[in-house]
Amino acid sequence: MSRVMPPLPYRVTATHPETADAVSLELLPAAAALPRFRPGQFAMVYAFGVGEVPISVSAIRHQDGALVHTVRAVGAVSGALCRLRPGDVVGLRGPYGTGWDLDSAAGADVLVIAGGIGLAPLRPVVHQVLDRPRRYGRLGVLVGARTAEDLLYRDELRHWRTSAQVEVTVDRPTPGWQGTVGVVTGLLDRSELRAENTCALLCGPEVMIRHTAQALIARGLPAHRIQVSLERNMRCGTGHCGHCQLGPLLLCLDGPVVDYAGSQPLLAVREL
Amino acid sequence: MSAPMAPAADDAVIGREGLAALVDVLRARGFTVIGPTVRGGAIVLDELESAESLPYGWGVELEAGQYRLRERADGAAFANAAGPQSWKTFLHPARVRQWRAERSDGQLTFETDDTPPPRFAFLGVRPCDLRAIAIQDRVLATGRHADPVYQGRRSGAFLVSVECTEPGATCFCVSMGTGPAAGPGYDLVLTELADEGGHRFWIRSGSPEGAEVLAELPGRIADDAIREAAREGVSAAADRMGRAMPSVDLHRLMAGTLEAPRWDDVASRCLTCGNCTMVCPTCFCTTTEDVTDLTGDHAERWRLWDSCFDLDHSYLHGGPVRPSSRSRYRQWLTHKLGTWYDQFGSSGCVGCGRCIVWCPVAIDITEEAAALHDWANRPADNGAAPE
Repeated sequence: MSRVMPPLPYRVTATHPETADAVSLELLPAAAALPRFRPGQFAMVYAFGVGEVPISVSAIRHQDGALVHTVRAVGAVSGALCRLRPGDVVGLRGPYGTGWDLDSAAGADVLVIAGGIGLAPLRPVVHQVLDRPRRYGRLGVLVGARTAEDLLYRDELRHWRTSAQVEVTVDRPTPGWQGTVGVVTGLLDRSELRAENTCALLCGPEVMIRHTAQALIARGLPAHRIQVSLERNMRCGTGHCGHCQLGPLLLCLDGPVVDYAGSQPLLAVREL
Repeated sequence: MSAPMAPAADDAVIGREGLAALVDVLRARGFTVIGPTVRGGAIVLDELESAESLPYGWGVELEAGQYRLRERADGAAFANAAGPQSWKTFLHPARVRQWRAERSDGQLTFETDDTPPPRFAFLGVRPCDLRAIAIQDRVLATGRHADPVYQGRRSGAFLVSVECTEPGATCFCVSMGTGPAAGPGYDLVLTELADEGGHRFWIRSGSPEGAEVLAELPGRIADDAIREAAREGVSAAADRMGRAMPSVDLHRLMAGTLEAPRWDDVASRCLTCGNCTMVCPTCFCTTTEDVTDLTGDHAERWRLWDSCFDLDHSYLHGGPVRPSSRSRYRQWLTHKLGTWYDQFGSSGCVGCGRCIVWCPVAIDITEEAAALHDWANRPADNGAAPE
């Protein structure tokens, strides 16, 4: 008989404020470690006494088993996580979910498109592609944020520019912003999309995902070459609580990363 | 009827004293025996200390939004269709502590409760509910992450099924292919007869443990006459189903009617109270509750039944994904009858009729499915193709 698996304690070894309301938590196992995470998979992160939330891993450091989770304070649990200090301990369960299918991107251009906090689950993809440049074609990273202050990983974005095409746009320009203003689909015109051999990976608000995927399809990219990471309420991560349903999908098992060809009709139904 | 039967018997006939012995034998084997009993104006499921607590002489009158007990002259124990509870109450408890966490000296430790779960014997599992247990087995006890709470309770359970001879007006197991005869999965199965031949039960075993228990019961060898009479009783029940689900491909129907106006119609009646999900023998949704004590150093994680009719069920930062009652009723029905196939390979409905009986505004799942079917097959307007 299997036993209830409680979370494993992980210690916060560093915190990096990313924006006014988002923090990256660097976590190391306090004792036993969870199995290896793949980019796009998520953990159920437990704030002591407050609750658990599903958070995709935003960096995986294989050398020492460190996991990084970037959390935006939008509720009680995420708020508590954002207030953690180095030395504090959280509970982690996982890895859960499908993860990005980077095998299917081998030999192809990789186009990463993120909106807001959606860049977090995609960051391990960028790391992996940059680590193994010969396995993939060109790397493009298109990022949209509300304002320049809401941009995640600003230092890293600069670093990525040396090996990838990185384009950034904001919804609202703040004083000093000299870059692009507008929705992220506007950046597609700047990227030299080779539709016949590109794998696009999208994460962000659902409305951004739909419009961006449609814009890619309009430029000739087949829907099955678009992967999207979706979000729903999750209580268990193991397919039993019923909360993460999107039509036939249980997003904790079948997602969060799904093929756009399959999910497109589901995303088209309001309040599904 | 007195001496225990030869162990080789595959089937037998027992009387009321045989049923009493069945409860005693199961208790002696260490089982907590759960069965139907009358309490608070309903037939509920509870621990039976003896077979005397069974609802002898009680039947039920069922209609949409209505449940009434009525006395029966024949003294039958199982001539009553589904009550408000199902066996998930015991296999998938409504409230269970998953773990405790303790914070001290900068450490966080987690502890689980390792007391072995009770070993249940369920007496009186209807064929529809037997299928419901098989469906929850698929949802909770298989796949990448089996639920240990369910698995622990289920693996030791002994199931005594009772075939249906008295369906209610809200029953539609025949159209769901789940009854009134018992499918596989039982350890023992009974068919009750209460007629001029007396009050007796045709009993068969479906497992080695069932055969062992059967061999300990006082009774007599079954003959063709009783087998015939029992089969007739069950087949007559099949002809007396109160309702029927439309015999169409419901999986396809649900996928093709997501924008049907009928959802607005049912939403105008539905109170989103969630009763249907609580009484449904297959609904499995749960939520979690985290609590701390006053010192703030001890916390617990509890798992509770949840309902897709609750606004919080679909809550994401910013609000619920399904704010309208239209979308919440649609989620329940399309999941139950449609996407359950995609997720778990079968329908999530077994035709027990509980959701019809316990709906405070008498919404009828068979009627809603029929209305969706009618809409999907409506004649095209002015030669225009249906949407």
